[in-house]
Amino acid sequence: MKRKKVFSIFTSATLAIGLLTGCSADKTSQTSKNNGEAGGGTVIKIATQSPLSGGAATLGESIKLGAQLALEEQKEKFEKLGFKLELVPYDDQADPKKGVANAQLIGADQQVLGVVGHLNSGVAIPSSEIYEKYNIPMVSPANTATDVTDRGLKTVNRICARDDFQGPAGAKFAVEKLGAKKIFIIQDKTAYGTGLAEAFKKGAEEAGAEIVGFEGITIGEKDFNGVLNQVLAKKPDLVYFGGMYTEGGMLIKQARDKGITVPFMGGDGMDSSTLVEIAGDAVKNTFITSAAGVATATEAGKQFAEKYKQKFGKNIESYSAYGYDAMAVLLKAIEEAIKANGNKLPTREQVADAVRKVQDYEGVVTKVSFDEKGDNKYAKIYIYKFEEATYPARLEDEVSK
Amino acid sequence: MKKWLNVLEQNKRLQAIVIAVYIVVTFISLYLAQKSVVAFLLLLSSLLLLHFTTFSHRVKWVIGIVVLSVLLPLAASQGEAYQSYMEVATLVGIYIAMALGLNIVVGLAGLLDLGFVAFFAIGAYTYGIFATTQANNFMPFGQYPLSGESFWVFLIIGCIVAAIFGILLGIPVLRVKGDYLAIVTLGFGEIIRIIFNNLDKPINITNGAMGLASVQPPKLFGLEFMYPSQFYYVVLVILLLTIFVVRRLEYSKIGRAWKAVRENEIAAQAMGIPLVRTKLMAFAVGASFSGMMGVVFAAKQTFVDPTSFTLLESITILVMVILGGMGSVPGVILGAALVTILNLQVLTELTNWLNQLSLSGVVHIPDALSPAKMQRFIFGVILILFALYRPQGLLPAKNPRFDEKELKSGATNMVDGKEGAKDVYFNG
Amino acid sequence: MIEHVLQTLPQVVIDGLALGAVYAIVALGYTMVYGILELINFAHGEIFMTGAFVGTALFLSFSAFGWLSSMPMLLSLLLVLVATSIVTGLLGMGIERVAYRPLRSAPKLITLITAIGISFLLQDFVRFITELKKGNYILTGPSLFTGQVSISASSIWSGFHDASVKSSFFIVLVTAVVMMVTLDFFVNKTKWGMAMRAVAQDRETAALMSVNVNKVIALTFFIGSALGGATGVLFAIQYGTIDPYIGFILGLKAFTAAVLGGIGNIRGAMFGGIVLGLLEMFAAANLPIISNGILGAEYKDVFAFSILIMVLIFKPEGLFGKVSIEKV
Repeated sequence: MKRKKVFSIFTSATLAIGLLTGCSADKTSQTSKNNGEAGGGTVIKIATQSPLSGGAATLGESIKLGAQLALEEQKEKFEKLGFKLELVPYDDQADPKKGVANAQLIGADQQVLGVVGHLNSGVAIPSSEIYEKYNIPMVSPANTATDVTDRGLKTVNRICARDDFQGPAGAKFAVEKLGAKKIFIIQDKTAYGTGLAEAFKKGAEEAGAEIVGFEGITIGEKDFNGVLNQVLAKKPDLVYFGGMYTEGGMLIKQARDKGITVPFMGGDGMDSSTLVEIAGDAVKNTFITSAAGVATATEAGKQFAEKYKQKFGKNIESYSAYGYDAMAVLLKAIEEAIKANGNKLPTREQVADAVRKVQDYEGVVTKVSFDEKGDNKYAKIYIYKFEEATYPARLEDEVSK
Repeated sequence: MKKWLNVLEQNKRLQAIVIAVYIVVTFISLYLAQKSVVAFLLLLSSLLLLHFTTFSHRVKWVIGIVVLSVLLPLAASQGEAYQSYMEVATLVGIYIAMALGLNIVVGLAGLLDLGFVAFFAIGAYTYGIFATTQANNFMPFGQYPLSGESFWVFLIIGCIVAAIFGILLGIPVLRVKGDYLAIVTLGFGEIIRIIFNNLDKPINITNGAMGLASVQPPKLFGLEFMYPSQFYYVVLVILLLTIFVVRRLEYSKIGRAWKAVRENEIAAQAMGIPLVRTKLMAFAVGASFSGMMGVVFAAKQTFVDPTSFTLLESITILVMVILGGMGSVPGVILGAALVTILNLQVLTELTNWLNQLSLSGVVHIPDALSPAKMQRFIFGVILILFALYRPQGLLPAKNPRFDEKELKSGATNMVDGKEGAKDVYFNG
Repeated sequence: MIEHVLQTLPQVVIDGLALGAVYAIVALGYTMVYGILELINFAHGEIFMTGAFVGTALFLSFSAFGWLSSMPMLLSLLLVLVATSIVTGLLGMGIERVAYRPLRSAPKLITLITAIGISFLLQDFVRFITELKKGNYILTGPSLFTGQVSISASSIWSGFHDASVKSSFFIVLVTAVVMMVTLDFFVNKTKWGMAMRAVAQDRETAALMSVNVNKVIALTFFIGSALGGATGVLFAIQYGTIDPYIGFILGLKAFTAAVLGGIGNIRGAMFGGIVLGLLEMFAAANLPIISNGILGAEYKDVFAFSILIMVLIFKPEGLFGKVSIEKV
């Protein structure tokens, strides 16, 4: 009896300590704020929101690291202006609820002047409603769903292309260059996957192809034999998959095992080294459309890849450079806003306006000019082919607006 | 320590002074130190202290309501973290109501329901479909989205629809016993989620995986409830009503019937309790709370999609009930508050703190162990520890004790369980 | 429409058998534990998943040491199977000792809750160990047994299409059958097996007959978990890539199979598993055709769960079970 009592007191005490430690975290940030002020410089924080855990973690992590690199490089410049830059990474776990909860925390922290994120459009859409309420500008390196900017919010911007551009671009390539007349479409039933697949379907039908199947799979599943049996029955010339690399990789592998030899095509969610890891040799003869260009194509890009590898010990992924550019665009806008405000700390609205006004910014991997909806006029779609089982794939074609 | 507690117990005035001082101190510290989550939590825990005092019920309720509706928002409103605190408080309120619903099914009636989040989803989608342009796709009449004023009506509608689904689920599973019931309800929860994820062809009812965006926020006489601080009051009022209803049910004929069914079904049947009807009532009532909160959730998030309604949610609510104490209303409230705050604030802040440490190079905790990701692990540990060592939870359920003399004298004043059992609690 | 269904039938049958074999062995674990303790071991799915991870890790370290190419594949498979079975068997025994034995006299609800807690714990434990080592919780093992075999079913009847099978399918099927036959033999023809059946029938009387109940229960858990772990290895070979959450849904479906066959009945569990695998594969391949596009392949999980609900409503004792009368 006594042991139980001691134990229950112990448990409650642990819980209490857990609560208090969690709370003291805020105390530390409070003291660090004070230190910041004493150290000569108001603190400007930039938050990143991307999935750092889950099935898309490779890409989410790459966004965070790219943004981190950009921020560290510009720290000195801002210190000369009298401001201290800080990065606050958040994990939205690809879950809209978590994204919204984090967005509230971000909004409450007055030192945060901008957000780089998200990866999943399904998370970006509700979170951006919160950013709009707090007037915090968001620059997205990777959200491709049309709804993200179509709602006309003045704080939402993106530097990558949209799905209603990516889908038809892929469809045109498939019909014209690959000669596909019958296409089977598979999608992963998420906001991103369904949106992309629908855009591709429309584009393919307009280009004159016949859609012989439009099926869905559930993420987290491993066994795609059912859907693939249907593909076998319909005998298409091309199979298109709207979804992420985890399921895409398994789909390709199992399809090849079944003897489906026609080319596969996917979207930017498949643009990752983990795709090659999962699919192995089967990834040959797979095409992907991506909003992320080959970062190492330019001199600046090669240098970026080197710096990234040196600092983090990992190779760049597709969206690393976009995370870098998104952060750089945001910082440029903040710099402009500071100067326009007489070298004082700008308000969030001023930063949001400055972000939207960015024109002709030369990033490492893309040029950026925002239009009135927040889309990037210079966004391009790139088409890659996997000739061998290595990442990155070979660039086949580029499509601009 | 024991002597102190004894002294406190006997002396009501001393208790009043202690509580008042505590509330005042935490109020002032929250007022002054805005970012201090500790002060916020301490102010909230003044309610817990209140629970342990020996005032009469009415006094406790009044003090509690004053703290929640006046003091807390007032103290928190001085800084920028106001919305964040109110958001946490609102979510805590929503989860408390859901946990109370599950408490009826699991705690009072002893039916382990693992698919509870399905009713939450049903409520959320009911409001979501009609408060966005979605309904234009299949409704032959009416102009959608309905304005925010319909929110209040939908609270009732959500309740009823969820209750209907509760009964529909209940009818087949009634003959199934304890362990199987858990699996069946789990399967049902998953089925509902998959169906909502796929109900976009042939008729687009739920917009599938894309979810319903831009749900209309509630409006009352033209005032739109946009910010968490305004929502907080809505949730508070609904929560108070819920607690009232639950307490009434618990001490009524149906509540006793549920407890009898929980203890031994066959004996209860032998005593003349209609088994089918009692179980269905439990399902229906629990589901209706969940459905009502689903409507509130949809209006608050302004975005409904199937990924908010996974098994993890059901298990989270189950953890709240187990942690707090199955069948005990104050216990469940405490459990819900603890788990929600753990999930939303503590884990995230802990992760941020650890991130800061590793960014500044002090300590390097690998990403994999970051506390925000360890949520499942922590839940698992809580479930196991509590099931093994304290199955009655933090604040166990008490049976009402009756004062013999008063009963004999014909008066119907019930000495409520808490007051009578207080001695047992503090001394045992 | 019928020709479409018939054309893919051979492929569907083969895929269904492979899936069904996996379900069958995992269902064995559930049914054995339920027979003895009347407890649904929620954590069994996670034991299966742990087996998959241990097996893949072993394969990866084999290939890192270069043993994989020097040994015949079957030999390395055998080694990994044995090693994984022992590890997961011990894990299962440990779980029983720590979490279930103290609660033997507690109400069923509490034990179920403990089982759920262990399931969550294992999931997250495997996740962060994998993430620590790899940065990502998805693990891809080396490709084994990738030879393609084509079964020309079209020579039997022209309405069939040819079925193409990976050679790993045969490995999975053969291993599964061997395991099931061995278990059947063990339970029905050896002394320990008899002890297990005795404890399942009536625990107290078995104790009176000088059967060491604790040992028997521990043995049951060992065998059930070892089999589950071995199936995990087979699963990893078949699909190549695994993550910590495969155990949950698969465990649920395997439980459905166990119930379908009659919970507590070992042969019933095997039968139920194969039937469920076949039905699910059939549904996944043909639902859209049958329902004219209204229901897609994503409804196959719903299909499996609906079967569970149907069985529990109309024939709760399962296909091979006996109706149990509850005594007061």
